[in-house]
Parts: sequence; C-alpha cells; structure tokens
Amino acid sequence: MDLQTLTYIVVGATFALYIGIAFWARAASTKDFYVAGGGIHPVQNGMATAADWMSAASFISMAGLISLSYGGYGGSVFLMGWTGGYVILAMLLAPYLRKYGKFTVPEFIGDRFYSKSARAVAVICLIICSVTYVIGQMKGVGVAFSRFLEVEYDTGLYVGMTIVFFYAVLGGMKGITYTQIAQYCVLILAYTIPAIFISLQLTGNPIPQLGLGSTLAGTDVYLLDKLDMMVTDLGFQEYTTNVRLSTVNMFAYTLSLMVGTAGLPHVIIRFFTVPKVKDARSSAGWALVFIAILYTTAPAVAGMARLNLMQTIEPEPGKYLAYDERPVWFKNWEKTGLLQYEDKNGDGLIQYSANAETNEMVKIDNDIMVLANPEIARLPNWVIALVAAGGLAAALSTAAGLLLAIASAISHDLMKGIFTPGIGEKAELMASRIAMAGAIAVAGYLGLNPPGFAAGTVALAFGLAASSIFPALMMGIFSKGVTKEGAIAGMVAGIGVTLFYVFQHKGIMFIPGTAFLGDTPANWFMGIEPNAFGCVGAVVNFAVAFAVSKVTAAPPERIRELVEHVRVPVGAGEATGH
Amino acid sequence: MSPLNEQQAKEYWRRNLSLMVKLLVIWFVVSYGFGIILVDVLNQIQIGGYKLGFWFAQQGSIYVFVVLIFYYAKKMAALDREFGVEEE
Repeated sequence: MDLQTLTYIVVGATFALYIGIAFWARAASTKDFYVAGGGIHPVQNGMATAADWMSAASFISMAGLISLSYGGYGGSVFLMGWTGGYVILAMLLAPYLRKYGKFTVPEFIGDRFYSKSARAVAVICLIICSVTYVIGQMKGVGVAFSRFLEVEYDTGLYVGMTIVFFYAVLGGMKGITYTQIAQYCVLILAYTIPAIFISLQLTGNPIPQLGLGSTLAGTDVYLLDKLDMMVTDLGFQEYTTNVRLSTVNMFAYTLSLMVGTAGLPHVIIRFFTVPKVKDARSSAGWALVFIAILYTTAPAVAGMARLNLMQTIEPEPGKYLAYDERPVWFKNWEKTGLLQYEDKNGDGLIQYSANAETNEMVKIDNDIMVLANPEIARLPNWVIALVAAGGLAAALSTAAGLLLAIASAISHDLMKGIFTPGIGEKAELMASRIAMAGAIAVAGYLGLNPPGFAAGTVALAFGLAASSIFPALMMGIFSKGVTKEGAIAGMVAGIGVTLFYVFQHKGIMFIPGTAFLGDTPANWFMGIEPNAFGCVGAVVNFAVAFAVSKVTAAPPERIRELVEHVRVPVGAGEATGH
Repeated sequence: MSPLNEQQAKEYWRRNLSLMVKLLVIWFVVSYGFGIILVDVLNQIQIGGYKLGFWFAQQGSIYVFVVLIFYYAKKMAALDREFGVEEE
C-alpha cells in the first residue's frame, strides 16, 4: 500500500476514535463540562495531563530545537524547564487548589483576594496566555495536515477544528479527558517507535535513553564523542557542552519555563478532575512519568538524528555527498522548503558548515529532526503514517485543553461570576458550550490569519503565566497576609515588567521596527534573553505584592479561615461552582 | 471546619513545609546545581558515553523529579493519616 493511503487510514482511524469518544462522553452538567464530574482516576488524569501538556511544539519541534538551534547541551533548558515545573505544581499548587474545589483558576484568585477585580485581572492574564498558546497549536494542525496528507493548510485546519468541535463542545472536560488519554497513547507510540529503531541501528541498544550514552555499533567510539567531534570539525560548538549564551541565562530560562509551567491554567485545571487531594499529588507524579517518557527520548532523538544527518551529508571526513546522489527523503523535504541547498562553490557537492559564507545547507528546519527521522532510518511506511497521527494528536489534545480553559473563564468567571450571577445550571451549561464554540472559531481564525507576532508568542505565554498567575496562586496559599490590593498590583506589575522587557527588544506587539533597544546580549538585563525573562517578572510580582500588602488594610478574618481550610485535605468534598 | 485545633494545624503545616523545603533543595541541586552551575565540574566524570553534567541536564534531573513527586505524595498521605485529616 502506498504511504499516502496508509497515512489516510491511520489518521482517519484515530479521528474516528476521537469522535466515538465524543458521543460516549457527553457532558450532562456544568460539573461534567468544567471538571469531568470530578471522578477521573489519578493515573488516567496523569495521562490526559501529559497529552494536554505535550503540544505540537514538544512533539514536532523540540528535538530539532535541542540539536540544531540550541546546539545540544543548551537545549537542556527545555528538558528541565518543561518537566521541573511539575515538582512545583505538585508541592506548591495542585493539592491546595484541588482542596478548594472550584472550577477555574480565576475563581480561586477572586475568592482568596476577596475581589472581583482580582478575578477579572486573572481572567485577562489567562486569556492572553491561552489564546497566544492556542494559535501555535492551530498552526501545528494545519502544518501536519499539509505535510503528511498533502491537503491545503486551510483545509487541514478546518478538519482539525471540526474534530475538536465535536468532542469539546459536546463533552467539555469529560470528552476532552477521554480523548486526551487516547491521544496520549497515539502520540507516545508515534514518538518512541522510530526512536527505538534508530537507537538500535546506531548503537545496537533498543532503549534510546541508554543508546545515547553507548558506543556506535561495531566500534568502540561513544556516540556522543563522535557527535562532538563531527560538529567541532564543521566549526560548531561542542555538542555536549554548548552553553546557551551564558550560565545566568540558562538558569533564568529554565526557571522561567518551570514557573510558567506551574502557572499555566490549562494544566492546573486538569488537577480539579481527580476525586481527592491525595490524588492531585500522585496524579502530578503520573503526569510527569508519562511526560518523561517523551522528554527523556527527545534528547536521544536530537543527538542521533543530528548524527545521521551529518553522516549522510559527509560520509567520511572531507568526502561530501554529491547533490545528484542525495537520498529520497532529502528530495521530499526539499519540496516542503524545510531543507534548502545552495551550491555556493559550484562543485555539485553538499558542504555543511558553521560558517555562513561557505555553508551550503542554507536551511535545515528544526522540525526535520522528528518529521524526517523515520525516513532517514528507512523505517516502514506504517511508522511514518503513525508519526503523522502522533503530531496531530499532540496538537489537537493541547488545543482542546487550552480552549476549555478559555471557555470556562468566559462562561464561569465572566458571566456567572461577574456579569450575570443569577444564571442557572442549564443556562450556564449552554453558555459554556457557546463559549467553547466561539473560542474554537476565534482560534481557527487566528490559525488561518496568524498575527505577525505569532512566532514569539509561546515563549510569551510562559513569561506571562510565570509573572502573573503563578505568584498570585502561590501567595494565596502560602501567605495569609497578602491583600487584594497587593495581589492586583503584583499581577499588573509582573505582567507589565515582562511585557515591557519583551517589547523593548522584540518590538511593541512584536511589530518590526518598534523595538527601542536592540535584541543583543549587550542590551539585556544581566544577559537574560527576552524569552527567559518570566522569572524576573515573577520576582517583581512577589516583591510588589508584599510591599503593597504591608501598607494596605489586612485581609478580613474569613480569608484567614479560607487559607487554613485550603491547607488541610479533609473535607474537600467535590469540586463545585458555588 | 478543620478537625485540628490551632496548635495541631500549625504543626501539620510546619511538617508539610519542612518536607517540601527538603525536596525542593534536591530539586534545585539536580537541575540548577548539577545541570547548570556545576556542569563543567561534573563533566569531568564520564559514565559510559555520557559526561555526568550533561547527563543530569538531559536525563538525570527528570528521573529525580519523578521520584520527588511520588515521595512527596507518599509522605504527605502518611502525614494526613497521622493527623487524622485524610479523606475517607
């Protein structure tokens, strides 16, 4: 069977599964819609959280980001940053927010800081984070479709939106949870199977995590030593020690991603779906187990795919591949524009080098490392078809989680909480479905017409979550003294500083030419790049909140009781909207 | 209402915080310590093909994170039982 037909069958089968789940897991109440009825097993929730968390970027782009853009060791910021956040989440936030037992993140902020304004500020932060994040997922869906199924980007996006519409509007959190479990299984198989084959081919060890530290098959040379040698020969920094800009920058980058992870609302609300406080703690552990399977495989894919790529181009030192003899996968990915060759010296050979003047591989897109991996390793067609289904599963599952966070903030926080408090259960359920449909339409529109700043926005989402939502939640649980004025001022200051820093280097609203300070290390505060600045925003948030709280009237007595109540598991009851 | 009196509630929270601080120190040391600040020193040691600092940054820290969360969950469940605040 040809690859195209096979891909249609595999992707079609997974989509039929998602729609089947949508009909089986319909939401009958607001509780079903917002927190899946509150009865999800911690291991199931862990799996759903992993799919929720691992986006198109984790699946398609991360390995290439590590091995190409960040040149090896520097990419560790993503590996540690996007996993270490779960430790903070499990200890500092998830159990207490589950104990409080409400439906949304802004609701806790509004109650703890006894202020509808605080709730509204939290809603705004949430919507900015989640909308910027969802644009990337929509693009991921369109790109995956257009590359693997050779349909138009727009058509792919419409198909993706329709599928999400089915299970997210019908089932809310309940439908999303069960589809995410299915999507996790698809994406993890799609990621690990090619990695196992490649590790086996290169090192004889089927476990990629061990393969990366092994010797190359039939030799006594370690894979990583060989990789270091090859990249330095081409003029790149040594793979295993290549620091991202500076130690301070790597520290700040990792911290920003960790704190941002813990503060992202679509991740936090997943922990509202488990029955008990105790489950919220262990469920975070399970989530990280399922995430770690991909995140410890990714660096192996990064190293091995880079090695494979370089050995294809330069089979022996000084002996370059002739362009006319390039393999089929090279031609295929040239068509998509992800690989580009330019014969600068006119000798018909492919010279790859760190020197921009002589380098003839003028474009090697990060995404190549995962997308072309099965072809480079000459794996059977069904594996390639599975990678397509995996990429789509990763993008759809994250998009659905984000859309739910947005829809519940609109129907539960803005309508029920602030503007129309008298609304009944049935009307609220209807409102939440309409909000979901609206959110899908907006996300789809932004996916079709990505604003100019879309490229920089995922990093921005982490920066904003780190500098606004995380500190507010943490102070709400760990301090009885932070006042509403303190919390609001802290959130506004945290976001303000982070946005200001990003805009001064990247342009106001990312509009080219409006940056008033060049985006170079010399202009950066302590050499910290804009993407890594969220942790500084978080520090500002904490400092401002404590300072303002000192000079404003202490919170009322009932807030002290609320905090005491949140800290002890007993009497959690079920998640409720009242 | 919490079944704990003020003294007990304080003690429960103190024990939770002290466990948390210990585990967060480990969290910090394996990632920011071994993976970033001390990476060059640890890279002098080689285990198989892995330089140790590089291994902590790309593999080891993640394994430790997983263990930390489950250890915390287990210890807190025991603490909940000791204070009689576990959920039925």
